[in-house]
Amino acid sequence: MNKDRQPELPSLARTVTGLPPSGIRRFFDIAAKMQDVISLGVGEPDFATPWSIREEAIYSLEHGQTTYTSNYGLLELRSAIAAHISQLYDVQYDPESEILVTVGVSEGLDLAMRSILNPGDEVVVPEPCYVSYKPCIILAGGVPVTVRTTADTNFCVTPEQIEAVRTPKLKAILIGYPSNPTGATITRESMQKIVDYAQRHNLFIISDEIYDRLVYEGEHVCVSALHGAQERTILLNGFSKAYAMTGWRIGYACAPPSVLAAMVKIHAYTMLCAPIMGQKAALEALRHGDASLSEMVQQYNQRRRVIVDGLNSIGLECHMPQGAFYAFPKIVSTGLDAETFAERLLFEQRVAVVPGTAFGAGGEAHIRCSYATSIRNIEMAIERIGAFVQSLDRSDRRLRSITGSQ
Amino acid sequence: MPKKPDEILSILARDARATVQQIAKMTGRSAEEVRTAIAQYEQMGVIKRYKTIIDWEKTGAENVVAFIDVKVKPARDVGFEAVARRIYRFPEVKSVWLVSGDRDLRVVVEGPNIRKLGEFVAEKLATIDGVTETNTHFLLKRYKEDDDVFVDAEEDTRLVVTP
Repeated sequence: MNKDRQPELPSLARTVTGLPPSGIRRFFDIAAKMQDVISLGVGEPDFATPWSIREEAIYSLEHGQTTYTSNYGLLELRSAIAAHISQLYDVQYDPESEILVTVGVSEGLDLAMRSILNPGDEVVVPEPCYVSYKPCIILAGGVPVTVRTTADTNFCVTPEQIEAVRTPKLKAILIGYPSNPTGATITRESMQKIVDYAQRHNLFIISDEIYDRLVYEGEHVCVSALHGAQERTILLNGFSKAYAMTGWRIGYACAPPSVLAAMVKIHAYTMLCAPIMGQKAALEALRHGDASLSEMVQQYNQRRRVIVDGLNSIGLECHMPQGAFYAFPKIVSTGLDAETFAERLLFEQRVAVVPGTAFGAGGEAHIRCSYATSIRNIEMAIERIGAFVQSLDRSDRRLRSITGSQ
Repeated sequence: MPKKPDEILSILARDARATVQQIAKMTGRSAEEVRTAIAQYEQMGVIKRYKTIIDWEKTGAENVVAFIDVKVKPARDVGFEAVARRIYRFPEVKSVWLVSGDRDLRVVVEGPNIRKLGEFVAEKLATIDGVTETNTHFLLKRYKEDDDVFVDAEEDTRLVVTP
């Protein structure tokens, strides 16, 4: 379109124009144009969807299964999800009234927020967190109240921190463990304390557990399994990470019937239903996907050890992440801020990482390194990052020798 | 349930050149532990040897491979063993398996060309005492072999940076 001839249009929605653009977007734009980039910036598995799942979707297409499904999603799939959650976490959800198949966790999160928030209602969000948590709250008319977490406490939020920011408008707590970007998990005890707190102050808990199957140390704590949690929890999960199905856009939400009914109402008007091909594929994932899953988990775990060891060895202090597929090293030792570090690393050594600032407070002195890539790539990336860190050291020393400072 | 195989073995099965240091990092064990385990596996014959997967076709080599199903009349006391042994000792023979079904041995042979391989089957294999029938299939195209795909592999088409 010719910019000069563009007519003046009515103004856009203030909620949207006020949203800051994603901090990740900018890096993508730069990195996408460069050659020979090793990317540790990818938030999705490097495995393709296991073939039996893809093949099932092809089969369903061949048989003309190209229609709408129930707003809730295929009952067969919801029943399989209920059985899956029951088997993994001993939590019972009624597939008829408590489970909704969504277009990824992203939609589930949006539905959850729009279902519970009135204008001005507040939601506590521990940071660093996934990039869409805060925008989803804002777009639903709510107010995100962030709580900063740090590596010293394994990025886990405490009731005391929430209490410090609580106002009468506080409606819900939004958490996501295992965490993107930190890879942190939360213990049963710590999570129970948050549940107890939510109970005491009558708050909803929205729990994004998309990385639940990618846990390498200890066990995943399903929030709904905790005492007193299920009745106030909106549990969000999906197939993207466990079964390498990001592009299929299939997730699910489990919630008490009244909350789920509200979510379904919005979903029915705005999305109608999740795509049937994806739902068929998801059903196959639940039936036969676990062998591929355990193979992927073993490989992620190997890469996790290699990348954390590598980062520490080049002087970037990195705690051991227990889940997901991200390492979240500190870069304070380099004296650079996260944005500058990530940008210079990309230009000088052609390694793409995401600055921790993209994930909010607590991320300033960190970068997110995804290890959803081959060991070979991880080793090469570590070499390059090491060279970059050393070049900083050298220029630092040169600077000191020039200025004569210590 | 069968015991899960040692992670060290699955790493080496994927990459025989993985070093002790690399494996130690990947598994979270000490280098000494990994070195000892590998030495034991080698000694016990669990690890038979380390080899490289080569796409010979790309080197211009024109070796011919055939799969031969062999019907055997088992002999008293030795069953199929004696015949299998006589077959697998030929250097042309790459693999010999005893299989169920209406043929008994499945044999893989390799030779420089079809004529040579044909000669081998006719003169050596078919004439072994106890071999009553052979059925030869020449390999035409290799799609996948021992986990490795030899045709167009899937590419990583992910965006470079995603949330």
